[in-house]
Amino acid sequence: MKALTILWRRELALAWAGGGGPLLACAFFLTLTALVPLTVGGSPEALTPLSGGVAWLALALASTLSLERLFERDFEDGALDLIALGSAPLELVVVAKAKAQWLAVGVPLALTAPVAAIALGLPVALAPLTALTALIGSLGFALTGALGAALALGSKRGGLLIAVVVLPLYIPPVVFGSGALTRAADGADPWPATALLAAYVLFAAVITPFAGAAAIRNAQG
Amino acid sequence: MFGLANPQKFMAFTRPLQPVLWLAAVGLLAAGTWLSFAAPADYQQGDTVRIMFVHAPAATMGLGAYAALGVSSLFALIWRHPLADAAARAAALPGAAFTALALITGSLWGQPMWGTWWVWDARLTSVLVLFLFYLGYMALRASIDDEQKAARAAAVLALVGLINLPIVKFSVDWWNTLHQPASLLRAGGSSLDPAYLWPLLTMMAAYGMLFAAIWITAIRTVVTRRRVMTLRARAAMEA
Amino acid sequence: MTPYAAFVWPAWGITALVLGAVAARTLIAARRWDRALKAAEGGDR
Repeated sequence: MKALTILWRRELALAWAGGGGPLLACAFFLTLTALVPLTVGGSPEALTPLSGGVAWLALALASTLSLERLFERDFEDGALDLIALGSAPLELVVVAKAKAQWLAVGVPLALTAPVAAIALGLPVALAPLTALTALIGSLGFALTGALGAALALGSKRGGLLIAVVVLPLYIPPVVFGSGALTRAADGADPWPATALLAAYVLFAAVITPFAGAAAIRNAQG
Repeated sequence: MFGLANPQKFMAFTRPLQPVLWLAAVGLLAAGTWLSFAAPADYQQGDTVRIMFVHAPAATMGLGAYAALGVSSLFALIWRHPLADAAARAAALPGAAFTALALITGSLWGQPMWGTWWVWDARLTSVLVLFLFYLGYMALRASIDDEQKAARAAAVLALVGLINLPIVKFSVDWWNTLHQPASLLRAGGSSLDPAYLWPLLTMMAAYGMLFAAIWITAIRTVVTRRRVMTLRARAAMEA
Repeated sequence: MTPYAAFVWPAWGITALVLGAVAARTLIAARRWDRALKAAEGGDR
């Protein structure tokens, strides 16, 4: 579908924002990471048990960062109306935006996650698992986040509202993702948890297009 | 049931029903309260077992109200039932209140039982998440100015929430097995002493009846308000 | 009741307070709009 391809390239370029998008998100991620020892103490005994979980927490928060602008800008300047009139179904438009969000913001965050986790005391051997689960998890965050962004279209207080709506929905990926790290750190098998994480992402991939398109149509009136 | 879609029919049907619901609610609450305090103190928990009679029904109704909210939202979105949106909105505040009460009474129960005001066990955490779902719904609804758009957006969120709820519950249960909290006293044991069954069931019924009374009354108010607005608009035009 | 009274009474008390407040709010709003309807309809005739 030619329209979809053009749209996809546009979304990717917008989300990438000349490198500013991912850089900003990663900077936020690392800042959050730095705050943790400053708040709970820097000793390895205090930090290491928390390292995987806190890395996931920071990943979830950083993922909500650029959500507000995902649809807002196009909505405000009328581009979203044009896109909706185009040949690409709105559901796929939502998916395209979520995917672009993931590639431009989620993947860089996922690659930063092992760095952050190790800085917090996670055993280096778990770095690949951290990256893998973060890659999958951030796709889930992007999908669910896109849904939240679509729902909050046309509202005041977009950023905080999206976070309040979306963070409870982030609970399953956060639990399974950090759970995989905990299992691995205990010497147990992390793959069931990783599978559950992937299942969640599939679930979000089904829900987000339809619910997101419905939300956009509603906002357009 | 779809005959009740007509606001006129709904109002006619619920007019005699409303006082009955309130009376039943008050009656059951009185009976349940009496039964709760007449029941003997638990050999293990002492009098704190009486907190269960306001805690368990609150948690159940918090969930029940969310189901009502979700189903109403479904009707609003798919069948465009005129009263469905009002029903969804009317369920939100009582539902959130029940859920908050479940958390507060759970905390007050937890302190004498486990020596701590809050425990991150699967059940309490799930109730907390349900409360967050309510907050998100109400926040979304309040933050969009256009009432119709706000209602539809909130309906979508309610449905997404309803579908996600079992998944979140599952993930919280799974999480709980991962991080075994230190020696958690299993409240009430596996089988409930029959002396506690009647107070509990009565309070459950009472809460259900109270929700029904509040819900129906609130929906009726929405219908009345819409009618008043229409009349006022017409009067302003004809003036 | 002894030591547990400090927990049982507040639990029931807060319950009564919150549920009473929600019920009151609902009934007061209903009463208010019923009166408004009578006024709107009465004024029309």
